[in-house]
Amino acid sequence: MLTRLVPHPLLSLTLVLVWLGLVNTFTLGNLILGTLFGLIIPMVTAAYWPNRPKLARPFKIIEYVLVVLWDIIVANVQVAMIILFRREPDIRSHWIPIPLDLKSAEAITVLAGTITMTPGTVSAMLAADGGAILVHCLHTDDPDSVRDEIKSRYERRLKEIFP
Amino acid sequence: MDFAAELLISVFLVISGIFGFVGSYGLVKLKNTLQRLHAPTKATTLGVGGVLLASIIFFYVDTGHVSVHELLISLFLFLTAPITANFIAKAYLARNTRQDELPPSDRDFGWSIYDDPPDGEADR
Repeated sequence: MLTRLVPHPLLSLTLVLVWLGLVNTFTLGNLILGTLFGLIIPMVTAAYWPNRPKLARPFKIIEYVLVVLWDIIVANVQVAMIILFRREPDIRSHWIPIPLDLKSAEAITVLAGTITMTPGTVSAMLAADGGAILVHCLHTDDPDSVRDEIKSRYERRLKEIFP
Repeated sequence: MDFAAELLISVFLVISGIFGFVGSYGLVKLKNTLQRLHAPTKATTLGVGGVLLASIIFFYVDTGHVSVHELLISLFLFLTAPITANFIAKAYLARNTRQDELPPSDRDFGWSIYDDPPDGEADR
């Protein structure tokens, strides 16, 4: 019964929070309206969400977001230095294939988004069976270290969040 | 508005201006489409992020309310920007790159724009 009423609890929670953020004022009326959206939209669209991602340790998300934000700031400065002070022929771009241990589509999507949002690396493509991701790196002298850093910093944490 | 708040807001605005400029300069300087793809990621992260932080502080000092619109803007940016970059990269690869120019995937299946997924994979 509860799963029929709330087929996708995470989506419902997200919708309520986004609605409250959009109206930008917290009142009881808005909370009720947001809750209505959070109940109705997942019910109507339940057919499009066949697999619900299971989160093993939701609080690890906070740690992950902080790590990614910090990396974005550091990488921004590094890439700005490359663009400003490195002569164009000296910029050595590399394609880096990264084998993936993550299995769920949601986890791979988050990883690909993270790689793209941290400046200096863009995720371009997955292998046809989803077992590897192709990353374009703007400049590096050591492609292996980029691969190892992505695996140890992001993928390891995502594996804990998405079992 | 007191001096400290004004200083903080100005610092964030200058930071975002610098990174927005470097991102645009990178678009001009870099010669290759895939290298250019790296420049806008800076404009959308620290460039926009600085303006949003400045905006949060300004409206907090000005009205006393914390505005969450800025957080939503960054949420939507983080959802949409990687998808755009991924589409551009894929379209570029499909038009300009042969399979043998890319490193192998080291899997039984090659990269997805050249190889079909395993049987039944599309139905999962």
